[in-house]
Amino acid sequence: MALNLQFTPEQRRFRTEVREWMGAHVPKMPLKTLESEAGFAQHRQWERTLASGNWGMITWPREFGGRGANLIDWLIFEEEYYRAAAPLRVNQNGIFLLGPTLMEFGTPAQKARYLPQMAAGEEIWAQAWSEPQSGSDLAALRATAVREGDSYVLRGHKIWSSRAAFADWAFGIFRTDPSAERHRGLSFILVPLRHPGVRVRGIRQIHGEPGFAEIFFEDARVPLDHRLGEEGAGWQIAMATAGFERGLMLRSPARFQMAAQRLVQLWRRCADAADPALVGAVAQAWMDAEAYALNTYRTASRLMAGGTIGVEASLNKIFWSELDLDLHRTAMALLGARAELLPRGDASETDDWLEGFIFSLAGPIYAGTNEIQRNLIAERLLGLPRAQG
Amino acid sequence: MDFTFSEEQQMMAAALRELATDLCSSQALRAEFGADHSAAEARWQRLAELGLFGVLAPPDAGGMGLADADFVLLAEEAGRAALPEPLVEQAALAVPLLVELANEPAAAQLLPRLASGEARVAVAHEQNPYASVPPALTHWLLCCTDALILAGAEEVEAIPGRSVDAGRRLAEPRLRPARGRRLADGDGARAAARRLLNRGAVHTAARCLGVAERLLELASAYAKERVQFGRPIGANQAIKHHLASVAVKLEFARAVVYAAVTRVDGDDARTLAAVSHAKLAASAAADLAARTAIQVHGAMGYSWEVDLHFYMKHAWALGGSWGDHNFHARRLQSLLCGGALTLGPDQTFARSAQRDVR
Repeated sequence: MALNLQFTPEQRRFRTEVREWMGAHVPKMPLKTLESEAGFAQHRQWERTLASGNWGMITWPREFGGRGANLIDWLIFEEEYYRAAAPLRVNQNGIFLLGPTLMEFGTPAQKARYLPQMAAGEEIWAQAWSEPQSGSDLAALRATAVREGDSYVLRGHKIWSSRAAFADWAFGIFRTDPSAERHRGLSFILVPLRHPGVRVRGIRQIHGEPGFAEIFFEDARVPLDHRLGEEGAGWQIAMATAGFERGLMLRSPARFQMAAQRLVQLWRRCADAADPALVGAVAQAWMDAEAYALNTYRTASRLMAGGTIGVEASLNKIFWSELDLDLHRTAMALLGARAELLPRGDASETDDWLEGFIFSLAGPIYAGTNEIQRNLIAERLLGLPRAQG
Repeated sequence: MDFTFSEEQQMMAAALRELATDLCSSQALRAEFGADHSAAEARWQRLAELGLFGVLAPPDAGGMGLADADFVLLAEEAGRAALPEPLVEQAALAVPLLVELANEPAAAQLLPRLASGEARVAVAHEQNPYASVPPALTHWLLCCTDALILAGAEEVEAIPGRSVDAGRRLAEPRLRPARGRRLADGDGARAAARRLLNRGAVHTAARCLGVAERLLELASAYAKERVQFGRPIGANQAIKHHLASVAVKLEFARAVVYAAVTRVDGDDARTLAAVSHAKLAASAAADLAARTAIQVHGAMGYSWEVDLHFYMKHAWALGGSWGDHNFHARRLQSLLCGGALTLGPDQTFARSAQRDVR
């Protein structure tokens, strides 16, 4: 039946199952930030705990450590995950980005090698796209992979690699044909980060922790079977990965719904002193989080009915990143003089808001800046002419 | 859980789009804006021939017996075309209201005549004081403070109003004392008025989606065609980014409206919040689309000669109908911040286990 927005009894039972498991397993004390070495280790341990309950990545086939669940189940899982205030997924680059890419482009041997390890939380992945001279203009990248016998020899410099400071592996694109122009001659390669010729240096982010890193490849040698897809097909594969990143899975609606709920609670505590106009911003944050949730269910239904996700991914990325930023800016405004206070180490209410606010500033920048996304929407959805040059 | 529309739902919408392209051509709308309303009756009859007034009426009243959700794409098409006549008010507001009150003989008798389009009703509500009037009006439905009244056209004194959206013929009703039939009183009337407002707000929100889409298409087409400095103005990022922002706002209003229409018969806090959210999101999308479209068109958009202003004015008119921004924003804020609404990611689709408000 079309436009039927009620959960089935099976879906309700599944929700209860997730709720009970999370209630029993989510750490009572919040973990340290995953941008720190100690926090990263705690989050890695949490991934293993999740995997022990077979919750690593429920939409994957059973043979790769999943449950073969559909997208609606995944949304229910995420709602309960965030309701339980479970930790952030340290392996999101793996499970949400590389995983689906491997599923589409990997050989059977590659899928068997990498996916179960990812779902089990044993191997944590970073991405290696940007270079110092190649950010939004990714196709200008210079890092090379030169074929020598049964290996590629990697040379070059990647930067702004999320999670790379402490992760085990990275995936990225490298120029395998130096004579080819821009989008051609690139290949998608998987590289171990603790490996001869690979040097990782953390970059302090504005909050002071090394959340991303630069990676130097100095004649690092990897076997040919570390290439995903055909040689020279790296750009198309990377664009598919980027689509997954902006698409359905990376930012769960439940994350923003929980933040909006906390914002409403913050408003109730601050309302007496607050600028009355802020109630409008609070309500807008709640509405936007709901709209994002509803639209995600709509997209999931469309995908389950055989649809695909294309430029919608760009609409998504703009919407959640801007709603997250607006929501946190509103929280900062409500906190007023308290907004600047750094965490005292106790559970005072300002802690999460400041960290969340700083993190929300990155949203419109990473995964393709919102300016690039608006170009894509204008050109691919509205049919406006491509920019020259 | 299925958020897709059925083939039948999409086919009905496509049929209305085809008809409305003809009925609401540039020429037809230009006539309305020239104060020539002579085509209104013919338009009404063509809508009636397609059976549109009876979509939500039961088969024994000559209708199709479909549900509110089956009308939302039709309302969207009406908005897209800037259809001047109150198809939505009659077919998606008055008809379901009379279906709910069909144990009243007066309601039961009128229902088949409304479903066929023969009778013509204007619907007034506190939140929609300037009712949109069909050609050859026969009846009024009036939501008063504690009574729901059905009256003949001649029983109501109505002050005509002119809309900036020239095709909309407006009237502000004043009931003559002791006229009309009371279809419901007291709590029953108040509950009926709330459901009427739910339907009015959500289907008007759907019209906003339609007109926003049309405005975005017009502006995008103009940006491709208008050449300055040797290239189409749409090659400039300043233009692209404005239009992309409209696309984002429109896309994320859609699911909100579609979700709200599935619960317009509800009366719980979550329903009222969903309804207000739908109207706010869709009218904000239409407002931004209108504002952006005229900027993209430059001076051309400011001229009477270009069709753009028909759609822009339609968007403005819809924005204030069936609960304006002030009403819906304040209602939603008070539900949200006053604690009537149960919050949380598991609550999005929750049904009325929650207590009713008011």
